[in-house]
Amino acid sequence: MLDWFDTNLVSMVDGVAYGLLLFTLAVGLSLVFGMMDVLNLAHGSLYLVGAFAAYALSDGSWLGFALAIGVGMVAGIFGGGLLAAMTAPLSGRGHLDQAALTLGVSLIAAEVMVMIFGAEVVPTQPPDALAGSASILGHRYPVYRLVFIAVAGLLAVGVYVAFERSSLGALVRATVADRDMVRAMGVDTRLVLFGVFAFGAALAALGGALGAPILAPGPGVDENVLVLSLVVIVIGGLGSVKGALLGALVIGQVQTLGVALLPTYAPFLLFGAMLVVLAWRPQGLASLVTRS
Amino acid sequence: MITAPALELDGVTKHYGSLRAVEGVSLSVQPGTRHAVIGPNGAGKSTLFALVAGTLPATAGRVVLHGKDVTGMPEHARATQGLVRTFQHSSLFLKSTAVENVALAVQRQQGAQWSMLRPLRRRTAILERSRELLASIGLADRSGALAGSLSHGERRQLEVAVALGTEPSVLLLDEPAAGMSAAETARFKQMVLDLPRAITVMLVEHDLDLVFGLAEAVTVMHLGQHLMTGSPADVRASDEVQRAYLGAEDTSDLFPQEAR
Amino acid sequence: MRGRIGYIVALLALLSVPWVMGPYAVATVSKILVFAVLAMSVNLLTGVSGLPTLGQSAYFGVGAYAGALTAIHLTDLGPAQVVIAALAGAVAAALTGPVAVRARGVPFLMITLAIGEIAYSAAGRLDSVTHGTDGLSGIPPVVAAPGLAPTVNEGLVFYYVLAVFLVLFGAVALLLRSPFGLTLRGLRDNEARLKAVGYHTTAYALVGYVIAGAIAGAAGSLWASAQRFVAPGDLGFEVAALALLAVIVGGVGSMWGACLGAAVVIVARDYIGANLSGHGPLLLGVLFVAAVYLLPRGISGGLRQWRRPARKQEVAA
Repeated sequence: MLDWFDTNLVSMVDGVAYGLLLFTLAVGLSLVFGMMDVLNLAHGSLYLVGAFAAYALSDGSWLGFALAIGVGMVAGIFGGGLLAAMTAPLSGRGHLDQAALTLGVSLIAAEVMVMIFGAEVVPTQPPDALAGSASILGHRYPVYRLVFIAVAGLLAVGVYVAFERSSLGALVRATVADRDMVRAMGVDTRLVLFGVFAFGAALAALGGALGAPILAPGPGVDENVLVLSLVVIVIGGLGSVKGALLGALVIGQVQTLGVALLPTYAPFLLFGAMLVVLAWRPQGLASLVTRS
Repeated sequence: MITAPALELDGVTKHYGSLRAVEGVSLSVQPGTRHAVIGPNGAGKSTLFALVAGTLPATAGRVVLHGKDVTGMPEHARATQGLVRTFQHSSLFLKSTAVENVALAVQRQQGAQWSMLRPLRRRTAILERSRELLASIGLADRSGALAGSLSHGERRQLEVAVALGTEPSVLLLDEPAAGMSAAETARFKQMVLDLPRAITVMLVEHDLDLVFGLAEAVTVMHLGQHLMTGSPADVRASDEVQRAYLGAEDTSDLFPQEAR
Repeated sequence: MRGRIGYIVALLALLSVPWVMGPYAVATVSKILVFAVLAMSVNLLTGVSGLPTLGQSAYFGVGAYAGALTAIHLTDLGPAQVVIAALAGAVAAALTGPVAVRARGVPFLMITLAIGEIAYSAAGRLDSVTHGTDGLSGIPPVVAAPGLAPTVNEGLVFYYVLAVFLVLFGAVALLLRSPFGLTLRGLRDNEARLKAVGYHTTAYALVGYVIAGAIAGAAGSLWASAQRFVAPGDLGFEVAALALLAVIVGGVGSMWGACLGAAVVIVARDYIGANLSGHGPLLLGVLFVAAVYLLPRGISGGLRQWRRPARKQEVAA
């Protein structure tokens, strides 16, 4: 038993890192869908914005890294606001139109990024200070990933606490549950909506900037990230932060440990995981943790 | 003479957390009767209907249709057993014509719903029956009109026609006359009176004229509970019922003396 | 009647294509017809049944590989390849459909998106079957009917594709006018009422899903016959997105609209996009955005508005 853990420890730790990365991406998508009933298919593009910022600005120094994070987040907020504004006129028209619009935006964004950064995946280096590897329980492990797990973990806890415990979070949850009621209470729900969109976008871009050394930016990566985020929120339950966290950790393990254990079945593991979770809990994993 | 009831409710209950929408309602509906369910707003009448039809799952209790326990069955299964409801807010296929709306019910009832190659236009059995039903509720001249273009009263009529298309044995009408003018209500009342006795009709209604003009048995609900079931005369005379509607005030004008 | 004339004109125009256009153009129109079949399968789910999908590319791919492998190993008889590919698409849809069909709306869309992506990565990995990212080449030219010579000439390939397209278009038109077609529209317009009159709606959604999978599979076989090459890129997200765009541009719910939308999308990507030095996706993105803002009901919806004064309600095709 201990042997098995030992052989697979690296994969499992990788899985946690990947899972937390997916969480930062998926949580914004889940909230936007839960609140605005909008499926934002340009979400993957927001990841790329942050990741390319890291590629362009991170030069190995802490300053470069901080700059990358800052610029990435600002660009993300801008992108989120733009998307919110573009989808606002469509609010009566149903999901298909919203999906089509955001899909169009993502295609444009992807092409623009290819024009700027080229058509290859560009490996991104972490800051020099974190570029080495450490020895843990007899295995060598990249320091950056360990630091990422710590930081992303804190971020996840922070988002969770803000969402579940703060009064602002309560307002957001109330708007997800019943927008009209919140509006009747005198709150301008459009501001809440814009705020959530921008917040989710900033988080995605932050995920991109922090995660670039783990998941390098390039063409097709946005699709990849979008699909994974969608799977995470489908199995986690739409509109739920807890669900997104659980779902992300599950998918993170599936994509790392799962692939390591069953490489020939790799493409089907994702679908299989989705099938299993949905068959067991159709409303998503969030229903396990919440009283309905 | 004792006949098996068409519909029996035994302790039917619906709780939403601590909200008791319907609490332990038990009653019997005799076959062929026109049975009304009345009560002040919030009494739980529509919720009761949803529980009987299966649109909502019951928290507790049993629903028995012609001696068969259908409590565990989902809504569509109860409909195939003959227990069919209409909706308080017309629930139609607005982009289809009136005849197509009824045909959806009729085609399933006739077993043709899986047919993929022969056009509906050529399926005379389905179309004839659909037109027949439309005529029986007074919409013969509107059969080709889109449901979305029908007036409110016409939609309420179509609502019933669609349910009739399933050849129900127990028909649940949820506030069928809601929003109808006096003339439309009168026409509607006649239509229900003309329905074959093979169909047991239960209706929820606020229009007490209509209720006392149609019903042979009346159930009164109050605050989610069953208050009483009896003949229209008994219900009219009951102090308890009058108190439920208006508190302890003078209720002599509440129930008109003769409405039939 | 105006509709009938439109169909006849379109048919005549299509029949004359190999006589008035050069080989590259003819090959493009073949591509359009194949894509139109895929768009019809997307429309059957999205427009007719109310189940928006980004996963039909998966069944298109299954059909393409099935058709190609049949051509290489079994028979070069076209109709046989189409039937086998359609069956393969239907089986794949039957296996993956039950998960999707329990959901509606956006969750359904997400699940189909995941299915499409998984099919794409599977195609890249199952080297023994699909030759992975190298793609499946060496597909022999198709024999349109027993006794005919293998079709190598673009014009003949076009006629083969056109023949299959017409058969499928006719079959879909029949389906839409049938009682089952009415059921699918009922599913879109008011599923709650459908349940209340006795339909186990999920079962009907699944059957619709399998039929759409079969149609997409058939389209895949045509693709393999026309291109003589199948690769994972043929069933990627871009293909699914293009098919959805075709349906939106053409007007959700309208089959001839979906076919017209397919033409618009392919021409935009291949012709205009090629002239923009390969920035096809950019143009596509702009098209999506423009279509959503400017053509809220697609081309067919726009035309219907324009023709409204004289028209009577008819069962939509």
